[in-house]
This record gives sequence, structure tokens and C-alpha cells, in this order.
Amino acid sequence: MTDKKDDIEILEVDVLVIGGGTAGPMAAVSVKEKNPKLKVAVLEKANVKRSGCISMGMDGLNNAVIPGHATPEQYVKEITIANDGIVNQKTIMAYAERSYDMIQKLDDWGVKFEKDETGDYNVKKVHHMGTYVLPMPEGHHMKKILYRQLRKKRVQVINRYMATRLFKGKNGHIAGAHLVNPRTAETAVIKAKAIILCTGAAGRLGLPTSGYLFGTYENPTNAGDGYSMAYHVGAELSGLECYQINPLIKDYNGPACAYVTGPMGGYTANAQGNRFIECDYWSGQMMLEFYKELEGGKGPVFLKIDHLAEETIEEIEEILHSNERPSRGRFHESRGTNYREKMVEMHISEIGFCSGHSASGIWTDENARTTVPGLYAAGDCGSVPHNYMLGAFVYGAIAGEDAADFCAENELEDIDTTEINEERERVLAPLNREDGIPPHQMEYKIRRLVNDYLQPPKITRKMEIGMERFAEVREDLNNLKANDAHELMRAMEVHFILDCAEMAAVSSMYRTESRWGLYHHRIDYPETDDQNWRVHVQTMKGEDGLPVCSTRDIEPFILELDDEEKDAYNKLRVSKKTAEA
Amino acid sequence: MPLANLAATVPVTIDADACIADKGCTVCVDVCPLDVLVIADDKSTAYMKYDECWYCLPCEMDCPKDAVKVEIPYLLR
Repeated sequence: MTDKKDDIEILEVDVLVIGGGTAGPMAAVSVKEKNPKLKVAVLEKANVKRSGCISMGMDGLNNAVIPGHATPEQYVKEITIANDGIVNQKTIMAYAERSYDMIQKLDDWGVKFEKDETGDYNVKKVHHMGTYVLPMPEGHHMKKILYRQLRKKRVQVINRYMATRLFKGKNGHIAGAHLVNPRTAETAVIKAKAIILCTGAAGRLGLPTSGYLFGTYENPTNAGDGYSMAYHVGAELSGLECYQINPLIKDYNGPACAYVTGPMGGYTANAQGNRFIECDYWSGQMMLEFYKELEGGKGPVFLKIDHLAEETIEEIEEILHSNERPSRGRFHESRGTNYREKMVEMHISEIGFCSGHSASGIWTDENARTTVPGLYAAGDCGSVPHNYMLGAFVYGAIAGEDAADFCAENELEDIDTTEINEERERVLAPLNREDGIPPHQMEYKIRRLVNDYLQPPKITRKMEIGMERFAEVREDLNNLKANDAHELMRAMEVHFILDCAEMAAVSSMYRTESRWGLYHHRIDYPETDDQNWRVHVQTMKGEDGLPVCSTRDIEPFILELDDEEKDAYNKLRVSKKTAEA
Repeated sequence: MPLANLAATVPVTIDADACIADKGCTVCVDVCPLDVLVIADDKSTAYMKYDECWYCLPCEMDCPKDAVKVEIPYLLR
């Protein structure tokens, strides 16, 4: 880094992308494709070569809108229904219309998708209504392909620096970010005309039932950094009460994975080996049926593939044990679980924020803009529901292109030196303290409280107590002690996690109804109240430093749903007649 | 504030004989998303310093000497 001013290293770029996982590299490359003269940097807490939730690749596209198999209109309707009507359809349409172009772009870059003997994409049906799943049996090379593009387009890569807070200029536009190096504890500031947050999910919010802090569904490096930074810089967040909760391999806590096995004949079954849900696509409604089966005495729930032919099982093993979460294979081996003989025990994941699977994110419009001028969000931390990996790519591209245009009309803003110094002091405090509470202990406590008080079924009194406990832990932050730069990174993540925990509680208490199946299943308000709550719930930082919520009207639908469609995701349980057939 | 030491078995083990950290290799350290691997002070080998593993495997897959072995963390196994 260059230009030392008052001992603070300050770097200047046109566009700063924070997070080099999935959306991030695409955003950076897209800025360069729009205007090669712009200076673009990707900031990555880890190393872009293997960072983010696709560090080992991905086994398929879950939301491919490919002509001949699906239309953008069908897809927008399906996600509107799956997300219980609380969507800005324009944002889903903006994705759907570019979905196929993005697939072709990735194909050109060398990503291998499954094709049939005629060379057509071999799309499979997993969703309740449409056909959108495109397998990538060789999807383990995804990060290499993205890295090649970063190099080719001359994007500056800054590995092993984490952003801690964002700054605004006097005009209210985004102005820059404060960074710390997790190996040396060096701090720095990057000034930028536009910033694109691609920091992924808040994956370390709930505690996995194994009790292992890092045994999360999401890549645990995604601690909710972007959610917290957007919150503190005054952006609106949305749908945080619509938690991410997923059906996973018990203890291993990775996908089982019904999207891969479903089209080959596998399915989710109860302890008797019977199907109980019509469709294995992950939705809150599906998770509620899963929860009921577990609680209702017919559990545990399993992934059933032991009835399949030997060659099918070999194919499944080949895909699942080389892609996305390849250590699944050695987990099953150590448990003595052979797919041929035993069903795979499943369980419900810890809670998190992630628009990739549910709808909890930093509020973004169809141009990936947040409510702070110059600040964008894409991928799991944005607010476009059920967006998955392909959505991260498309919204990364949308954000990159719009940010390039924003740069043409805006200058770098000055950042208040006092603000920078205060932030540096805040960040380095845990390192400078003589002694205190280690980050992992405080993190364990927050996340254990999240499980005890926030996990659905949501109960008002419990969430109130949760907020009281979080306030106590917030006092303890002044006593957080890091012994080295690595622990300092974890200490800053503890701050992110606590912010997310409070936002989860406040937004969940605000929406006084039940919606999205298990994601927002409130015992005190068991009914869905379309009269009063067909609105977005927005969360912002209040004047007292605690989250405040408000409602935002749903934009008029561009595609109306007919009555039968509307109810489709509320009929996921296998009817008695079907079960007996 | 007095602190206790709490030992933990770690999921990533590195064969020090095969490891070429002494020749300047840092591949496993570089690719770990959680930054839990480090090179020993005497440069003899890489090792897992922090028990914060996502058992995601880049360290094992990218090692040019097949010196890295990732097991499922004990609490999950």
C-alpha cells in the first residue's frame, strides 16, 4: 500500500469490491469490462484463490433460467411464491433476464455444465413448479476460472486484509473503508468512489448443534461482515427476520444434497423411509414440514438413496465427494455410512442471514444499489431472494456495471480524519488491552444465546430476554482481548456477530405474524397476516445505537399470480392419498 | 484476569518429512480461508495453529507434496 499520511496508509481506487468469493470477482471484472481505465481493487480477508463459500467449487446451478426449459416470467413467479409474496419482483426479473447470458459467459470462460448428447444444457426439475437445476459435475474448478479472469482484466487483488467499517463523505456518499491485516494487525484506509459489498452470508450467527464454532453451513469466514458494515454506515437492511435455515447432514452440517440426488431418484424421508414432502427445494415452508416431522415423532429425517442402482450411487458419490463440500465422503466413511446400505441422517441447521437461500440481506434495488449512494451489495449479503451462486454472479455483474457508471459522475470524497483515528483505536483496542475475555469465548456465548432465544419457533418473551443478554455481552466487548493479529480478526468478527444477533431479534419481534414457514414461525402470532404484513421489514441503526425497524411497501408486481399458484408452497406435505399410492 | 489453557486436537495434520516449507513453500497457508495454518518458526513445516477448521480441503488438495491430511473435526466426527 502507498501514501503514508499521519501513519495511516491510504490507498485510492475508483471501485473497491469487498469480498473475493463469488459475486466479488464478477463485480470487479464487470467494472473493468465496462471501463478498463477504472482502478478496481478486490479486498479479501482470505485469498481470492480459495475464498468464499465456493472455495471447493459448486455441484450445480440451482436457478438456471434457460430458454426451452424455463422463462424469466415463470422463474419470477416461482420465487415470488416461494418467498411468500415479500419480494421486489423487479430485482428477481433483473436476475432472470440475465441468467442465461451469464451461463453462456461462464461456459465461454471454461466452466463445464452438464449437457445432453445434442449439446443442450441438461436441466433438471427440483423446484416445486419449474425446471431450473443445471448440474456441474466438474464444478470444482470454479475459483480457478474466476482467478484467471481477475488476472486477465488487471484487477488489483488485496489478500489478507479485512474491512472493519465503511466511511461516508460530507455529501452522504460512500467514501472508503477501514482495514486491518489479520496477520500483522497493520491498519489502512482505502478511499473509493464506489464500494461493492460481496461479503457473503452471516454464517456464524447460530451455533451448530455439534457445538463446534466453525462447523457451520456457510463458510465460517463469512461472519456477517457486510451486514454489520452496511448497518453502521446507515444503509437499510431487509428481511432479516426471514432467517436462513437449511436441511443438512447431521453434525457434518453440509448439504446432503437433495438437488443432486433428487433428479436421480433420491428423496428426503422420515424414519420409516417414507416421503413426507412433495418437493426437496429449500424453502421456509419445506423447512416447517421438516421441523414438524422431527418434532412429531416420525424423525429423524434422512436422505434416502439406498434404493438406487449401483451405477447411480457411484455417480452420486463422484459428484458429492469431489465438489462443494468434498469432505462429505470421509465423514460418511468414519460413521460407517455407505449410501448403498444406510440412509443419511439429516438435521436442521443453525440460523443465519443469507439471501442466497432465503431473503435476509442489505436492501438492494434492481441495480444492486443500497440506500447509501455509491454503496452496492451483491451475492448472499444482498437482498434478492433465493439468489444462489448464479444470482451472485449476475448481481455482481449488475453492481460492477452500475458502479462504473457511478464513477463517471462522482469524485473521491474526503474522509474525516477523526473518524479514521477513532476507528483505528476501536479496532486495535483488543490487542492493546492487558488482559480480558478471549474472542472465541465471547463468540460462543453470543451464538449459544442466539440458539436459546432467537431460533424458531420464535417466542416474544424469549427474544426480549435474548436482547437483555446481548446488551450484557455488548458491555463485555470493552473487555475483549486478542493475543495476536489472528485473534484480533476473530475479535472484530465478534462485533459483527453481535450486531447481526441484535438485528435478527429486533426484526423478528417487529413482524407480528408468521410467514415463510419455519423461517419466521412465531408462536405468539401463528397466522400469516396479509392484511397488515404484506410489506418488507427494513432494519437500520437507530439513534441510540440499537436497530430500529420500519416497513417498506412492496413495489407493484410486474407479474400477478393466480390463486392456485399462490398457495403452491403451502401444500408441500405429501397428502395421505399420495403417500399410500 | 486469569486465563486457562484448553487443549484441543486439531483436524489438519502435516507430514513434516514431506512438507517443503523449508524450501519456501506456503501453499497450504495461502489457500486456507480461515487462516489457521502457519509455518513453524524454524521453517521446518507448516502446522495448524488455530482450531477453526471448515474441513473444506483446499490445503490438502493444493499441497504439491501430498503432505496435508484433513480429518473431520473431533466434535463432528
